[in-house]
Amino acid sequence: MPRDGQEGAVDPAILLEALTKRYGAETVVSDVNLAIAPGEFLTLLGPSGSGKTTTLSMLAGFVIPDAGRVLLGGRDVTRAPPRVRGLGMVFQNYAIFPHLDVFENVAFPLRVQKRPQGEVASRVADALALVKLTGFERRYGRQLSGGQQQRVALARAIVAQPSVVLMDEPLGALDKNLRYHMQVEIKEIQRRLGMTVVYVTHDQEEALTMSDRIAIMNHGRIVQMGPPRAVYERPESSFVGRFLGEANLLPASGATVLGGRPVVADAGAAPADGGWLFVRPEKVALTAGTEAAGPNALPGTVRHASFLGNVVRYAVEVGAEEPLLCDAANAPGIAGFVPGDAVVASWSAADCRLLAD
Amino acid sequence: MPLGRLGAFLLLGPSLLLLVLVFLVPIGWFITGALGELGSFADIREEAVAVLGSRAVLGAILNTNWIAFLVTVMVLLIGYPVAYALTRAKGIAFTLILVCIILPYFTSVIVRTYAWMVLLGRNGLINQALLALGIVDAPLDLMYNRLGVVIGMTYVLLPYMVLTLYSAMKAVDPRLLQAAEGMGASPLRVFLKVFLPLTLHGVIAGALIVFILGIGFFITPALMGGPSDIMIAMLIEREIELTQNWPTAALMTLVLLAVTLSLYAVYQRFANQTEGLAP
Amino acid sequence: MSATLSARIIEFSTTGGMLRAVLVRALVVLLCVGLLAPIVVVVVLSFSGDGYMRFPPESFSFRWYERFLGDHRWRNAILNSVLVAGMTCVFATFLGFLAAYAMVRGGFRAKGAVTAFLLAPLIVPHVVTAIGIYYLSSKWGLVGVRPWIAVSHAVVALPVVLVILQSALRAVDPNLERAAMIFGCDRWGVFRRVVLPLTLPAVVSAALFSFLTSFDELMISLFLAGVRAETLPVRIWNSLLLEVEPTIAAVSTLLIGVTVIALLADWGVRQYRARALPDTTKGP
Repeated sequence: MPRDGQEGAVDPAILLEALTKRYGAETVVSDVNLAIAPGEFLTLLGPSGSGKTTTLSMLAGFVIPDAGRVLLGGRDVTRAPPRVRGLGMVFQNYAIFPHLDVFENVAFPLRVQKRPQGEVASRVADALALVKLTGFERRYGRQLSGGQQQRVALARAIVAQPSVVLMDEPLGALDKNLRYHMQVEIKEIQRRLGMTVVYVTHDQEEALTMSDRIAIMNHGRIVQMGPPRAVYERPESSFVGRFLGEANLLPASGATVLGGRPVVADAGAAPADGGWLFVRPEKVALTAGTEAAGPNALPGTVRHASFLGNVVRYAVEVGAEEPLLCDAANAPGIAGFVPGDAVVASWSAADCRLLAD
Repeated sequence: MPLGRLGAFLLLGPSLLLLVLVFLVPIGWFITGALGELGSFADIREEAVAVLGSRAVLGAILNTNWIAFLVTVMVLLIGYPVAYALTRAKGIAFTLILVCIILPYFTSVIVRTYAWMVLLGRNGLINQALLALGIVDAPLDLMYNRLGVVIGMTYVLLPYMVLTLYSAMKAVDPRLLQAAEGMGASPLRVFLKVFLPLTLHGVIAGALIVFILGIGFFITPALMGGPSDIMIAMLIEREIELTQNWPTAALMTLVLLAVTLSLYAVYQRFANQTEGLAP
Repeated sequence: MSATLSARIIEFSTTGGMLRAVLVRALVVLLCVGLLAPIVVVVVLSFSGDGYMRFPPESFSFRWYERFLGDHRWRNAILNSVLVAGMTCVFATFLGFLAAYAMVRGGFRAKGAVTAFLLAPLIVPHVVTAIGIYYLSSKWGLVGVRPWIAVSHAVVALPVVLVILQSALRAVDPNLERAAMIFGCDRWGVFRRVVLPLTLPAVVSAALFSFLTSFDELMISLFLAGVRAETLPVRIWNSLLLEVEPTIAAVSTLLIGVTVIALLADWGVRQYRARALPDTTKGP
């Protein structure tokens, strides 16, 4: 499986070419190109209105693109209706048919295909076993918890063994604990069945946990794409840095921040004006003292210390508009700082990046 | 799954066709065709002045507006407390009040009119009771006059008012009333300063719908009215049934339609929902 | 009068004055009795055994029903009414469903104007509608033709159907239809497997009320019935012009009975809908 996201090694399961959709004067999806390998778990991540759901809808066939092509397994389905695309899908609100019980909900795709009763029974049983809902066949959606409804939706999406399953914020309505649990289960099922999954979410943690690759969208475009670690640690824009977790972004011009403090970064280069230095809070180290020596070090004062359990987050006043955040592991032997302490924040050249915008 | 423009048009098509062919075109054709019999535009204008200026038509227009107005006031006076009671009632009381409104609402207008004729007639049940109790010596004229028309129409139109008011009253947050009460306002003040203003749009919408339906009324005034209670709809019907005078009927129809549709346009501003009109 | 009255109601609800409570309740009870009384009186009178109308009747019998059902003109009127209402019901419910679906799911401009047009037959005085249709019918020899009366009744029944079905369709989550499509359904399949089962109770309601609308309609029938296709309300009208007689009480009771049955059926259907088919647009 393409853990590292090399494309083109195998024929892509899904190929989106220059996909564009406009509603009136507004372009909601603009020139989206994407190749997804068989068995890959790809997440479309972005804030609401970024075009991720419209992209998924064009892939599903609910929305016909204004330009570009959709290919599934090499077949052009750009204008084909949803029913011929052979996809499975999990909807945001599950879309459990309220007039059918769990068994008939899961059996729905097979019924439409008019499969023989015996086959329907055994495949529904298999799918329900896979999502651990055996014994719930005769219940109705309204008699199930959110998590159980989610499992029904999942079972229904996979029962016809589609090669590609689309998921539109499937965990959005669940509480935090259940969410994590379901993330693991979905991932597990995906691996076991070798399904290609296109997953839409605005939750960056979910995207990082589950995906083989993440495509980050903003204003209808894919602004960066890559494996979770790569997009997390090596953002190519301040938007991506900020969107994926906590980030420190200091205004940078050339190789200096805050009016002359030198910085050294292994990657990227900021323009003379309007650039940013990016560094994650957990990569910033604090030491007691007032004098910053060398590049990638800023003197400051601790303004605030928040205890987050496994880490302590310090907000350090360094003279920028926003305080610099610094996460220190809550480990034995590490002395804490208190507000008012004079500290020097520093980081390594490998852990920071200079961004042009 | 959203429909394309074509899909929506194909689905709407049959209904639109029905209304165009059996509603819009017939009415339009009737008016233009009948007026066309008169000849040129000048002739039509002359006829219009003659017809609409005649004593009979002016009288009918006056009657129509006055009766519709009286009925609207009556319906409002009775409908407001009933709607309020319905808003406050729960459980079995709610069901009972609702039945008392809904059952007449869906009963044929002719049946409801007949029922009042049975009650109000010269030998009707009310006169029988009054005579039996010795309250009156001779039967009262409760019907075939304006009183009968107003009673009958009030009964027929009451449900429209109650249902419109009910939806307006239901939308008032009871906590607002409690808050006003808590600040020391007297019950009368709470009603005048809080509840009435908040339900005023319902009052206006309800009054408009009752008035609109009232000015087009035919069945009840025709059966329960006297010789001096001719309403415009009755006049139109008579022109056609008795004298086959299509042009005159068309002119009066035009007036009735114009008034109805302009009032309806005003109504649309006050009623953001059509639920008050149908089940 | 009404203002102070309602103020009293508020006063009661907030301060709980006992006397006012009793007064208000008495008034509401009185009004409600007044609303229902005329209908009850007609029903009771229809079973009267007396020669003239007296309330309460001194004896009870089915004589008015015998006279009613023994008269072939009344029997014909029942037949005409049922046939016309049945056709209207099928016609209006079918067209109304298509239109309601287009209104709820369709993406097109001028929706407000289309709605106003489709609901216009409720507002335009029935006299006007009736005369317009009569003008056309008399020219084309359509007076007294039952299917044509049904088509004309469908004009006034359509808005009723639309209002009922639009609200039912709005309660169906569009994602359910998308789900059906992605799992292999074509438009017809989506309709048959998802939309129809979910809106069936409302379709039944719409059918009931469109039947009732036609069954009770007088104005259009009066002009279009001619002598061949007199419906029950038309015959009541023609009889009432002559005299207020108890046979009409029996006919009225039949009409009231049909209304009651339709309302009860609708109530049953609504109960079923509330129990089995929750509003799916409200999310899980």
